[in-house]
Amino acid sequence: MNIELRQPDISQKAKLKIVDVDIHPKSSIEDLKPFLSQRWWDHLQTYGGRTRQGFAKTYPYPKGQPIASRRDSWPPGGGLPASDLNFMKQQYLDLFPIEHAIMNPLSPTGQGDQNDEFSAAMAFAANEFQLEGWNRRDPRLLSSVIVAFEDANAAIAEIRKRAGDKRFAHVLFKSRTVEAMGKRRYWPIYEAAIEAGFPIGVHVFGTSGRPASNTGWPSFYIEDMTEHSSCCQAQVASLVLEGVFERYPELKIIMIEAGFGWMPSLGWRMDKNWKRMKDEVPHLKLAPSEYMRRNIWVSTQPMEEAEEPDQLMEVMNWVGFDRIMYASDYPHWDFDDPIMALPPSLTDEQRAKLYYKNAYALYGLG
Amino acid sequence: MPSYVVASVDEIPPGKRKLVDVNGRAIVVFNLDGEFYALNNRCPHRGGSLAHGIQTGLVESKEPGQYCYSRLGEMVKCPWHGWEFDIRTGKSWCDPGRIRVRQYPVAVKPGTELVEGPHVAQTFPVRVENNYVVVEM
Repeated sequence: MNIELRQPDISQKAKLKIVDVDIHPKSSIEDLKPFLSQRWWDHLQTYGGRTRQGFAKTYPYPKGQPIASRRDSWPPGGGLPASDLNFMKQQYLDLFPIEHAIMNPLSPTGQGDQNDEFSAAMAFAANEFQLEGWNRRDPRLLSSVIVAFEDANAAIAEIRKRAGDKRFAHVLFKSRTVEAMGKRRYWPIYEAAIEAGFPIGVHVFGTSGRPASNTGWPSFYIEDMTEHSSCCQAQVASLVLEGVFERYPELKIIMIEAGFGWMPSLGWRMDKNWKRMKDEVPHLKLAPSEYMRRNIWVSTQPMEEAEEPDQLMEVMNWVGFDRIMYASDYPHWDFDDPIMALPPSLTDEQRAKLYYKNAYALYGLG
Repeated sequence: MPSYVVASVDEIPPGKRKLVDVNGRAIVVFNLDGEFYALNNRCPHRGGSLAHGIQTGLVESKEPGQYCYSRLGEMVKCPWHGWEFDIRTGKSWCDPGRIRVRQYPVAVKPGTELVEGPHVAQTFPVRVENNYVVVEM
């Protein structure tokens, strides 16, 4: 018996449009082959990737659900979750009023590979495949500029190739960089992104060799899931305190998939310490929280679920209703359903901002 | 309370389940060792389809280093965020007092009785020689 599981009930939630800032269409190594030179294809076949983790072909532990994906997201016709555009449309893109969805490919992309040249070649191929394999077939799917962010020169070259191309939304980093993101080795990348007109999306995870926590590798997946937020706090603190936003006031950073409940406490802590230690960081002209509110955006999923919904509203108010953007993380298991995920007490205007208006403004869409 | 014939008994063998439409509502019917349970298919957390989840057991621990795994197949785990529900009660494992899936009464009735009515058989062909799963709603 085929039955329609559900129709989205959006009639009461204003006339919705949705820009989703985080989905994960899946590509295979073979998909990238047409965009790799023979030299790098042969290299990949002979040596494979060399990420800084214990296993060459997988992550060191299962991820809650197979391939970290919703169990109902495996395409009926076969293949991995989110590898089949038609099924993805049926299950997500067409089921909801998705106007755009920003692709943040996690693998294979070459990001975090120890071999810088290979990392750059893979990033180029993954970018080409986003255009050819996804965006061309469904222009709602916007690409990320994947860069080999541990090699600034390679990253800059890739960003310049994509400058002005409206099929790309942002430059993509992973949150576990070799050094904290405020360090100067990354500054030229920020400069190139600004010149090219791109914000920088920082998606959690990464295989540059760092655990999510500041205290070593966790035993449990639940720790990993929880510590994305502490990892991103460290990144925001570094970006603010190193003076990146003083040097690049136009830089726009989106922390993706890290939640945002931590934003107020991080801002309060930094502000308090700054009042006592201004002379250590004299390059800061504003209170740290003011840079956060000027240069940092966040995505919703996986949103904190407070016992008292009003507490979440207060946190959102601190972050700013113009800084928060809806994300689904489709097809991953911690997917947020757009209709169910946001607090019901949002006003229509706040809801519209989270669903699309903030993304319109940040990415120049609409 | 109207009742609806949703399946013949042999369509849902022990350990299996079936997703059915009862009066416009998605209901998932489980067979646990011959006992039938009907739950609303929609996860009360964020709306995932429970019929697409796995059936698992109950893992408990009295203290770190000890665990007990029991009631194999009697919990359904939402395919999205992994919330677990006791199929026998509909209660969530994490927050049984507050979060539960709506459960509906189920009975097994012989075809001879059903052919008489007043059950709503929808388009379901009922034969006197079979037994059927009937959900009340």
